[in-house]
Amino acid sequence: MYVSHLSLLDFRSYASVDVELEPGPNAFVGRNGQGKTNLVEAIGYVATLGSHRVASDGPLVRAGAERAIVRTRIVRGDRASTVELEITPGRANRARVNRGQPGRPRDVLGILRTVLFAPEDLALVKGDPDGRRRLLDQLVVQLLPRAAGLLGDYERVVKQRSALLKSLRGLRASGRTPDLSTLEVWDAKAAQLGAEVLAMRLQLVQALRPHVAAAYEQVSDADGAAELGYRSSLEAFSADGAASDAAGGLLPDDVAVAPPSAAVLEQALVVAMAAARPQEVERGVSLVGPHRDDLVLTLGGLPAKGYASHGESWSFALALRLASFRLLGGGGVGTGEGTPETFWDPDLGTDADPVLVLDDVFAELDVRRRERLAELVAPARQVLVTAAVPDDVPAGLMAARFDVTTGEVARAV
Amino acid sequence: MYEGAVQDLIDELGRLPGVGPKSAQRIAFHLLAADATDVRRLVDALTEVKARVRFCEVCGNVAESERCRICADPRRSDEVVCVVEEPKDVVAIERTREFRGKYHVLGGAINPIENVGPDDLRVKELMSRLADGVVQEVILATDPNVEGEATATYLARLIGPMGVTVSRLASGLPVGGDLEYADEVTLGRAFEGRRVVGR
Repeated sequence: MYVSHLSLLDFRSYASVDVELEPGPNAFVGRNGQGKTNLVEAIGYVATLGSHRVASDGPLVRAGAERAIVRTRIVRGDRASTVELEITPGRANRARVNRGQPGRPRDVLGILRTVLFAPEDLALVKGDPDGRRRLLDQLVVQLLPRAAGLLGDYERVVKQRSALLKSLRGLRASGRTPDLSTLEVWDAKAAQLGAEVLAMRLQLVQALRPHVAAAYEQVSDADGAAELGYRSSLEAFSADGAASDAAGGLLPDDVAVAPPSAAVLEQALVVAMAAARPQEVERGVSLVGPHRDDLVLTLGGLPAKGYASHGESWSFALALRLASFRLLGGGGVGTGEGTPETFWDPDLGTDADPVLVLDDVFAELDVRRRERLAELVAPARQVLVTAAVPDDVPAGLMAARFDVTTGEVARAV
Repeated sequence: MYEGAVQDLIDELGRLPGVGPKSAQRIAFHLLAADATDVRRLVDALTEVKARVRFCEVCGNVAESERCRICADPRRSDEVVCVVEEPKDVVAIERTREFRGKYHVLGGAINPIENVGPDDLRVKELMSRLADGVVQEVILATDPNVEGEATATYLARLIGPMGVTVSRLASGLPVGGDLEYADEVTLGRAFEGRRVVGR
């Protein structure tokens, strides 16, 4: 798929702008603060209904305007769809597909898929677990839009459960014996939803592993094999490794072996929660469940966080994004084969390549990685690159160049 | 900011659910411009509702005497009790005319974030209603969200051992709508709860 047209109204720094995009590489070049990232941010918003830079919609609307409008035309196979989003902070956003009746923004999810590379990706390797959990969960939602509801419910249950644990701790501190019967109800909900989240994440990691290993080898000089692992908070609280006994550990070594089912995981979570309860009541925190897990990145057997050099960390971050791209059907690699049943997508075969967005990434990379990355992404259906200076963009990605200056985008001839 | 009484009124209105600052201002100026008798009627209605309306001793629904109209109705069955969160849910179910049993209004759902536990809901009252063995079935009709589901699970665990049938409202497709407009979660639930109609 590719974006053939982008038009913005009162979005960020743009009062109004229209850009015709080409399939294949497109480069947006302009000094910092001119609005390059705003363009790709808008495209990302259509794909994910969120910005990669801010959590709320407020900053997306041009100062002084009431609402922003993002209109895109997306071509997939021989079909084109127009998606129009009206972003009104403080009110419900509206979406319109193919000039139909305005509806819920959620309905546009899945029409456009993007994979974004950004300077912040380095934190995937060097940063805290929540960034890596977000990477997994966002991928799950792209593969399976229904999972958004599940993740939301799980988050809500954990919040409720933690609030309850805090108040139980308060009761204990004042010398009373807390009634644990409501906690059991939240335990059951957390175990049930948590098991579903965990099962999906494990299947995803299992599917990502070969892609990550291959992509790392391609971007780096193969200085050690890149591997993914999954560290579950479950394991810390299963007394005799009961959880890891289930079907050869949470993540079987052999990528062809399916990880444990949600039903098995639910049982394991129930057991682990019971074991963790004294500590949980004491500290007033939910200690077991996918919200405390981590995606473990190792390089030649050593944890990437702490051991990998700056360059290796970059290679790993790029490998994670490239692997996501391929899993989503990009590069003709992930055309369904090896994709777990859960993520089965009937549309995968038809022009499924997600749009690749490389936001200010090349400036961060050394020449060698730059060229390798350019080679790897150039064949994609569409690549959108932003850079402050033209020299940062490898020649192979300059096919269509746009010059961006304060609120204006011009096609360079 | 307006002066004195006007601002007081706007502030009070703004504290009502679903009324933002702009709406509060609009309502305040509407009242200011309105006929004195109209305003009087509103004031009377507000005073009356606080003075006369109380909660039914049996089910917790709004009532004008000890028992609400539904609990006092001899034509309704005592054997089935439908548990809901709020009085407005009773009205919603009553509109269906499908249900001939009685209700029990909890007054909310379990919500630890808002510091609402079972003791803050009318759970004890429900248990004592079930004690004499007249009630054969309890229908849990709490909201289909995280808090409502947790409340339903809590009650099911409590009531189950008493030998009373406990059921939960089904989730699924809205009637009269188009399949294509259903969201994935609802449609997924509808698939889970599908029924065999032939073989």
